Amino acid sequence: MGPQVCLDSVSRLARLVGVMATVATRTSKRTKEAQTTGIVAAGAYIPLFRLPRSAIAQAWGARSLGGERSVANYDEDSVTMAVEAARDCLNGVDRSTIGGLYFASTTAPYHEKGCATLIAAALDLPSDILTADFAHSLRSGTNALLAAMAAVDSGQAKQILVVAADSRLGYPKSTNEQLFGDAAAAVLIGKDKVRATIDAFVTHADEIHDVWRRDTDSFVRSWEDRWVIEQGYTANMRETIGTLMRREGVEAKDIARAALYSPNPRGGQAVARALGLDPNTQLQDSLIGSVGSCGAAQALLLLVAALEEAKAGDRLLVASYGDGADALLLSATTQVRRGRKGRGVNGHLASKRTLSTYEKYATFRGLIPLQPEPRLRVFEYSGATITWRLRNSILKLHGSRCNKCGTTIFPIQRICYHCRAKDDYTEVSLADQPAKVFTFSLDNLAGGLDPPVVKGVVESEEGQARIDCLMTDCDPDEMRVDLPMEMTFRRMHEGADMHNYYWKARPVRSANGASSG
Amino acid sequence: MESLKDKVAIVGMGISKFGERWDASSEDLIIEAAYEAYEDAGVEPGDIQAAWVGTLRSGEAGVTIADPLKLKDIPITRVENWCVTGHEALRNAALGIASGLYDVVLAVGFEKLKDTGMPGLGTGRGANPVYQAGATAPGYFANIATRYFHDHGWDEEQGKTMLAKVSVKNHHNGTMSPKAHFQREVTVEEVLKAPIISWPLGLLDCCPTTDGAAAAILCRADLAKSFRSDPVYIKGIGLSVDPMLPTLRPGFDYVGFEANRNAARQAYEQAGVVDPREEIDVATVHDCFTITELVIYEDLGFSPAGRGWEDIEAGTFTLEGDLPVNTDGGLKAFGHPVGATGLRTAYEIYKQLQGKAGPRQVKNVELGLCHTLGGTPQVACVAILGNSKG
Repeated sequence: MGPQVCLDSVSRLARLVGVMATVATRTSKRTKEAQTTGIVAAGAYIPLFRLPRSAIAQAWGARSLGGERSVANYDEDSVTMAVEAARDCLNGVDRSTIGGLYFASTTAPYHEKGCATLIAAALDLPSDILTADFAHSLRSGTNALLAAMAAVDSGQAKQILVVAADSRLGYPKSTNEQLFGDAAAAVLIGKDKVRATIDAFVTHADEIHDVWRRDTDSFVRSWEDRWVIEQGYTANMRETIGTLMRREGVEAKDIARAALYSPNPRGGQAVARALGLDPNTQLQDSLIGSVGSCGAAQALLLLVAALEEAKAGDRLLVASYGDGADALLLSATTQVRRGRKGRGVNGHLASKRTLSTYEKYATFRGLIPLQPEPRLRVFEYSGATITWRLRNSILKLHGSRCNKCGTTIFPIQRICYHCRAKDDYTEVSLADQPAKVFTFSLDNLAGGLDPPVVKGVVESEEGQARIDCLMTDCDPDEMRVDLPMEMTFRRMHEGADMHNYYWKARPVRSANGASSG
Repeated sequence: MESLKDKVAIVGMGISKFGERWDASSEDLIIEAAYEAYEDAGVEPGDIQAAWVGTLRSGEAGVTIADPLKLKDIPITRVENWCVTGHEALRNAALGIASGLYDVVLAVGFEKLKDTGMPGLGTGRGANPVYQAGATAPGYFANIATRYFHDHGWDEEQGKTMLAKVSVKNHHNGTMSPKAHFQREVTVEEVLKAPIISWPLGLLDCCPTTDGAAAAILCRADLAKSFRSDPVYIKGIGLSVDPMLPTLRPGFDYVGFEANRNAARQAYEQAGVVDPREEIDVATVHDCFTITELVIYEDLGFSPAGRGWEDIEAGTFTLEGDLPVNTDGGLKAFGHPVGATGLRTAYEIYKQLQGKAGPRQVKNVELGLCHTLGGTPQVACVAILGNSKG
C-alpha cells in the first residue's frame, strides 16, 4: 500500500502562511497499517573536538557568535562520521536483519562512487541490501528517511538504516564558519519494536538559490541573509509544518517536542513561535551553541536527541529545510526508552576535547597548505585491487580464528601463525570488540596533519588479536600501555588518488576528559 | 647439514668513508670500497670469479657493480634482505666458495641514501598500503622501548637514561674510527635532551642516514695463506626470518626477537660456540636504535633475558669491558647505509682479528661476532669470524 497523496490548493496555503503566493505541498495521510512503521533504533556521532567560536573570532578579529562548534578530526569525513553514528545506532542490533542502508550528505567524499556501499561494508552489513546515496540537498537526511519509510511500508525491506552526516565548509572568516558543525545521525526504520511511529508527513519543494555550493565550489555560498531567512527558511518551515499540523488536527499544545533544523541560533525559535509553540519548553535544543548547524544531519540529530528524552505517548515534530521542507509527525511508543546502549547525542556531547587553536581547525580541513612530505617517509601508495582483495580485513576489520588451534590473527591469514593449518579458519570481527594498548610510539618523523603520529599495537579482547594501527582522538601525553581503546573507522590517506579508509584505535570516549588538544 | 666452519676465508676488505657523501655517487662509493679490498687482498679485478652485491634500494641487478668496477664475464647477483643485505652479500659469496665452484669472489654492499631527499629512514616494506600507513623505522623500534620500559617498571627518565648509555658508548668508540660518520662524544644529558624522533626515542638514540660502501674478497680457506699471512676465517653464519610483522604476531612479547635468537643459535652451532659471553671476544651488532642494542645483548646470549641493562650498568660492553660491543661506533656513530652495514660490521671484526683496529683495538681477540637485524624487525644474521683455522 503506497501512501495516499493529495495536493492542496495554492490559495488555501497562501492564506495559511500569509506570505507565500506560489507554493504547493505534497502530503501523506498514512494508513493505520503504515503507521506501524517507525524508528526502531537511533544513534548519533559528534566528533571529539570542539572549537570555541571565540577562537575563530580571534583569528579573524571578528565577533564571536558564542559557544562552540564541533570539528571533525583530520582523519574524519562524512563517511567515517556516518559509520560511527550507524554503529552507535546498531549497538545491540542483529545486523543480518537490516535490508538497506541510505546515506545522506551534502559533503560526500566522492562525486562519482557510492558511499552507502562503503559505509555498509564498514558496518559489516549483508551484501543483499538496498543501498542508496541521497545527496546535494540540506534536506537529503529527511529525504532518505522518507524513502526508507516508503520501502518499509511497501514491504520492499524489513528494516532500513538511514544515516546522515555532514562536514560543510563555511568561507574562512564568514559567519557560516562559526555556525557550521560536523556531526552524523542514524535511525533504523522498521516495523518491529518501534520506539516511535511515523504518523504523517508533509513535504514541500521550493526552487530557491538561498544557500548553495556549485560542483566547483569548496565553500557554501548564500544570498542576502534576510531574504535567506525570511523567504527561504522561515516561510518554507512555517508553511510545511503548518500544513502538517492542520491536516493532522494537531494543535501546538499537543506537540511534546519539535526538532527543527535551524541555520542559526534564532531561526528555529522564530518558526516555533509562529506555530504557537513555546521555544523554551517545546523546542528541542538546536545544538547550535554546542555543535553547530550540521547540514543534512541536523534534523535527524535533533530527532535522535528528542527520542533520548521522550516519554511514551509524546508527539514529536521533525522538520528539515533545504530547497523546500519536510515535516514529520511521530508518536513515541512504550518502547521509546527500551535498552539504549549507544552514546547517543547526550553521550557524545559530554565527551569532548577543546581544539586549542583556529589553525588546527584550518589544518584539519585542509585550508592551509603545508610543506609536502618526502614521499618515502610515509606510505602513500595504494591500489584499488589491493584494497578490494583485502576488503574484509581493511574495511570490516575481520581477523581469522584458526579452526584447528583457535589462534586469532589480524589481518586474515590463510596459514595459521601457530599451527600452520591451511585455509581452515573462521572470520571474526574485531571492530566492536574492546581493546587495549599493547605498545606505542609517538612519531615525529611520519609527518601528517597532527603530529606526533601515535602508532602502535592494540590487543583486541577478541582472541587477543593484535592490531597494528594508528591511534587517533588522543592526547599523546595520556598514552600508556594497557590504556582501554575502541576501534574507529577513519580516512587514512589519498594513495592512488582514492580516499583510503581503514580502522584506527582511540581511547574509549567516555574516558576522555575535557582537556585541550 | 654441513657446517660452514673454516671452509671460507676473508683475505681482503675495504670500506668507503661513511657519512653524508654529497660529493660521491653510488659508483664512487663502490670503487672506494672495492679498490681498498683489492689492495688489501693483493688481487686484481680480473682475479674475481664471481660477485654478489647487496643494496636495499640504491640499485638493481648485477650491473650495479659491474658498471663502475668494469667486471666482465663473471656471474654477479644482487641480493637484498632489508638491513641484513650486506651480510647477505657476504653469506652468498661464502656459499659460492663453499660450493667449490669458485676460488676467489667479491662481496660488495652499499647504499646511497643522501640522494633521496629523505632525512630519516622509512621501513621500506611494501606489503600493504594501509596497515602500515604512518609507519617509520624509529616508530617500529620505539614500540620495543615502550614495552621494555613497561615490563621493567621504568619511567621515561629511567628508561631513556639506560638507553642513553648505549649511545654514549658507541659515540665514544666512533671517535676512534676515522671512516665513521661521526667522530664526536655525546653525554647522557645530551642524549636525554635531544629532540624526540619517535617517543621514547630521541635523535641521539637513532642511527643517522648515511652513504657508504664496504667490500670483501673471499677465497677457499686452504688458499688463504697464499694471499696473506693473517687471513680471517668464517666460523659460522646463521640467518633467520620471522613470519608476520611483530605488530601483528599473536602473543608476541615485543622485547626480543626470535630471528635474532635463531640466527645466533645457527651460527654458534656451526662455530662450536657454547657460551657466547665467554667465547666471543668482540662483537659488532645492529644498534639501529639504542633499544635495539639492548635487546640484542639478550637475544644473542651476551646477557640473560631481561637483564641486558645490568651489563650496561656494569660497563660490560665498553671498550674496556669483558665483551666490547660496537668497537667501531656501531650504526649509531659509523652510520647505516643499509646495504653496506653487514659488510661494515664484518670489516671491524676482520680488523680486530688482525690486530689492526688502532686505538680501539681489543686485546687477545680470537673470535668475533658481527650481527645485523632487518626491517620491522623480522630478519637477522649472525656471522662468527676467527683468526685461526681450527
